[in-house]
Amino acid sequence: MPDNLQHQKPNSDAQSTEHIKSGSGMLHIAPKRKAGLKRLYWIPVALFWLILWQIVYQFVHQDLLLASPLQVFGRLAELCRQPDFWLATLYSLLRIEAGFILAVLSGTVLAVLTARYAWINHFIYPAVSAIRSTPIASFIILALVWMSSNRVVIFIVFLMVLPIVWTNVMEGIRKIDPLLLEMAAVFQLSRRQIFRYIDVPSVSPFFIASATTGLGLAWKAGIAAEVLSTPANSLGGRLYEAKIYLETPELLAYTILIITLSLLLEKLLVAILQNTGKYFHRHGRIEIPGNLDKKPAVQGENSIESTSEKNNKSGGLT
Amino acid sequence: MSICAEHISFAYNGQPVLFDFNMELPAHGIVALSGPSGCGKTTFLHLMAGLIMPDSGSVKGIDRHRIGVVFQEDRLLPWLTAAENLNLIFRNPAQTAEWLLNMQLSEQANFYPSELSGGMKRRIALARALAFDCDLLLLDEPFQGLDQDLKERMYERVREAALTKPVLMVTHDTLEIAELADQVYQASGPPLSVK
Repeated sequence: MPDNLQHQKPNSDAQSTEHIKSGSGMLHIAPKRKAGLKRLYWIPVALFWLILWQIVYQFVHQDLLLASPLQVFGRLAELCRQPDFWLATLYSLLRIEAGFILAVLSGTVLAVLTARYAWINHFIYPAVSAIRSTPIASFIILALVWMSSNRVVIFIVFLMVLPIVWTNVMEGIRKIDPLLLEMAAVFQLSRRQIFRYIDVPSVSPFFIASATTGLGLAWKAGIAAEVLSTPANSLGGRLYEAKIYLETPELLAYTILIITLSLLLEKLLVAILQNTGKYFHRHGRIEIPGNLDKKPAVQGENSIESTSEKNNKSGGLT
Repeated sequence: MSICAEHISFAYNGQPVLFDFNMELPAHGIVALSGPSGCGKTTFLHLMAGLIMPDSGSVKGIDRHRIGVVFQEDRLLPWLTAAENLNLIFRNPAQTAEWLLNMQLSEQANFYPSELSGGMKRRIALARALAFDCDLLLLDEPFQGLDQDLKERMYERVREAALTKPVLMVTHDTLEIAELADQVYQASGPPLSVK
């Protein structure tokens, strides 16, 4: 048995309750409770920032400049009871996600094309570079001249996310290991096998990174577009109104809502992408006849592998 | 019909690696190609495998163009287990299981390459090439990382393969040559020349 198999440390986030016998003969209980507590780390962090916010509020002592956490969360609770608030949230969500999905699809297709045909890259590159360095406000104002305010949001999100997805996915395609492609050519793997077992696993980390970064940017750009174009039923429009009427608690309440939505959707996206990868991995597994499909118990310290560690190994977008 | 490389020339960055190079392989048996690093042995293997095209000359006698290769690197897919790496080529789980057993890797069937030792990965790479239905077997330092006992077992597999097809093996190991080779070429270069 090689050395690298004899010192597999159990995952610190494991929920395992297995008993691990150390080299000294001591029996350690796998830290299920510790792992559970570790997940609550955000509570003291959140408390720290809330307390700091309250201190700054008391120092500033002007509600117009900075509302207190209590005022903001109180206002947020009030807003949650209004149907219009949910309608605005839903419409903003739909606009931003529509632009995001369009950008992810187009960026991926464009990346495949530009990685395959260098001449397309020559045409696309200057345009994407221009988009990157142009202030977002310029695009929003221009787009307002061209189209309705609803479409402005979708267009702006599309425009901001597309370069991120395009560059990352293209980089992923370029980084596909040529040695593996040579191996595939020698052993005459089909185009479908190469796509599934080499292309997709090689590019997926780049795709996931671009999609998660792009989603965060989509919310920033989308809300900025809504503030300037003020479409009906929009969180950006509500932000704009809060600013006009100097409603600082409401402005901060909407800001917190937008941050929360953005973070939740990012987590949802990562979960969807990872589960899709795991699904394909599971369905690509082969059944080996006989008793070969079990990993042997590895002797030695920390040799028991936790369930979550096994999942981590077989996980990812592979 | 024997496989032969005829008048092959190939230059890399303007430097000739092979110039008007000729070699004929027997219908079966093991041919060893030995020589200093950088003399063009691996490039010649890649030319034989069709991975790079010669500037001039050609390789003749490979009817189906099915060539098994053990590369210098193992070239296993890191996201597939040992069994999946083999089954990707075989497309036959029973054959995969048999080869894992042959290579004494049954217990590591569901290990990922990152969990395998260098010798284990090498055996997977060897199994992949040896079991591949091919007309020519190209081995580039095939036994590196294996201990003597494992090497002996692998020699047996290579000898079995060489009963029906030519095997061209690049190696620096004189013991391997003495143990396996039916024919030995001593290489020098670049450009590659043999005697």
